[in-house]
Amino acid sequence: MSENSYTVEVHNLTKKFGSFIAVDNISFSVQKGEIFGFLGANGAGKTTAIRMLCGLLLPTSGEATVAGFDVYKKSEKIKSNIGYMSQKFSLYEDLTVRENIQFYGGIYGLTRKEIAQKTDDLLHYLNLWEQADQLTSALPLGWKQRMALSVALLHDPQIIFLDEPTSGVDPISRRNFWKLIYQLSGEGKTVFVTTHYMDEAEYCDRVSIMQEGKIVELDTPKGLKSHYKAKNMQQVFLNVVNGESK
Amino acid sequence: MNRILLSIMRKEFIHIIRDPQTLVIAILMPVMMLFLYGYAINLEMKQIDVGIADLSATPQSRQIVERLASNDFFNITIINPDYKDYEKLFKYRKMRSLLIIPVDYAKKIELNNKVQLQLLIDASDPNAANYINNYFSAVIFEETIGINHRKINLYSVEPRILYNPDMRSANFFIPGLIAVILILVSALLTSIAVVREKENGTMEQLMVSPVHPYQIIIGKVLPYTLLGYINGVMILAMGSLIFDVPIVGSLLLINFMMLIYVLCGMSFGLLISTITDSQQIALMATLMITMLPTVLLSGFIFPIKSMPDLFQYISYVIPATYFLEIIRGIILKGNGISELYQQTLILSGITIFLLSLSIKKFKTNLQL
Repeated sequence: MSENSYTVEVHNLTKKFGSFIAVDNISFSVQKGEIFGFLGANGAGKTTAIRMLCGLLLPTSGEATVAGFDVYKKSEKIKSNIGYMSQKFSLYEDLTVRENIQFYGGIYGLTRKEIAQKTDDLLHYLNLWEQADQLTSALPLGWKQRMALSVALLHDPQIIFLDEPTSGVDPISRRNFWKLIYQLSGEGKTVFVTTHYMDEAEYCDRVSIMQEGKIVELDTPKGLKSHYKAKNMQQVFLNVVNGESK
Repeated sequence: MNRILLSIMRKEFIHIIRDPQTLVIAILMPVMMLFLYGYAINLEMKQIDVGIADLSATPQSRQIVERLASNDFFNITIINPDYKDYEKLFKYRKMRSLLIIPVDYAKKIELNNKVQLQLLIDASDPNAANYINNYFSAVIFEETIGINHRKINLYSVEPRILYNPDMRSANFFIPGLIAVILILVSALLTSIAVVREKENGTMEQLMVSPVHPYQIIIGKVLPYTLLGYINGVMILAMGSLIFDVPIVGSLLLINFMMLIYVLCGMSFGLLISTITDSQQIALMATLMITMLPTVLLSGFIFPIKSMPDLFQYISYVIPATYFLEIIRGIILKGNGISELYQQTLILSGITIFLLSLSIKKFKTNLQL
């Protein structure tokens, strides 16, 4: 597979639930290694869009390829090539840290040897040696979040979808989390992230803002700020959402 | 492919071992129900409090009293109460029945006249009243033969009680209890196991992985089928060792039938898990859907034939109806597959229907 095929390409993607249009004709593309931010108020259609790209939901119309695979026909292939972490902490709390790693390694089809190797790497990387055999429920939320991300990366996906990964996490943990995201992007992985925090939007390479199912803005944070003559993304977002003139 | 399945099953076993709720459902609940039904709920009647008003007070009438006193069924608590107290004694439950031997009893017997004894019975529990009436009749009948044996040639009925000669309730209830516990436990465990993943958001994490829905279903259902099956074996063993329920038929056949039935319960659980996202609702729904019909309408306690037509029709779609005939047939009567193939076919049919329906619903549910 050629290098630049590991991207997300979306053309006129639409999802209707009955007469309700959750995602309305959106188009964009994300480049390899890019950190792509997805902003929008609750119910703007962010999660629906992400779910379509992850192969969890079939689009009503339009086209999209993820990692070079068509979302209609190759959702199985897509799933093997993406990592996903949602706002809901999604590790098993009644499993130990090690058991969680082993389980997720197992369902992505890693061999026993690979799992053992990955477990060592991860425990080392997360500095969780001492907690390896503790139940995950005993970890602080920030650690859980970092661990959830690491587990979502066990199978070395090229594209990572993060659906409000830092909600409910303290500012220091959030910063550590973003360090991780930068590191991933540096390794050439594409990061697709939705967030509520406008300071986090500043960290993204490019940001799209969704409103009522449509993408109303798509640019670099710098470009958006100068466009709206705003001093930060918070202001940009408020301007867009309130429909104030540019 | 297999590695994925193994990972899911291994994880599921860890859940089973670490979750107190699962252990309570899987072990404590069956044991409690076993002891409850095995000991406390008893359809046999013994030591019924009765009174006797022997107005005759003659050797002849005392013979009846002695015959009653020597019977395990009766416990004579009141002798010769005052006529005015009869009703009070019934109201205060000092006695449930009163036999009145008339003043002229001995005289009439001497003269070979027909004698009428009066029997008052408290029928606030009609079932018990029936028993009491039958027992009294039997005792009095024996007494009559004793008096008349030289004079009249009476015919007699010699009962031979088959399959449960001592007519023990435990022999009836414990095989039946397997039917109740297995469906409840297997449905409950499965529905909760699936809904818990939905509640915790881990189901979504499974869905974005390349795991196929079939792998999720099989990986989840197999460990709980095993657990449910072990449950059945446990009840069977306890029934046999503690409650002396004889197992006449083939153990192999029992085990095979239990597996089908557990699978049926699993399918119920899976189906319930597709319609709810909350463990609480899953718990309530499973209890309602499995427990009530199984206990009340399947013939577990009450005979189906004596139910109103509507309930009889409902009983035909309850898996336990067929499983009860199967399990009681094998355990008590030593039935083989040739006598049970009809019930087995219907039970398998219900199981296959439920399983395919729940898999279909489960898959569309995942893809939503």
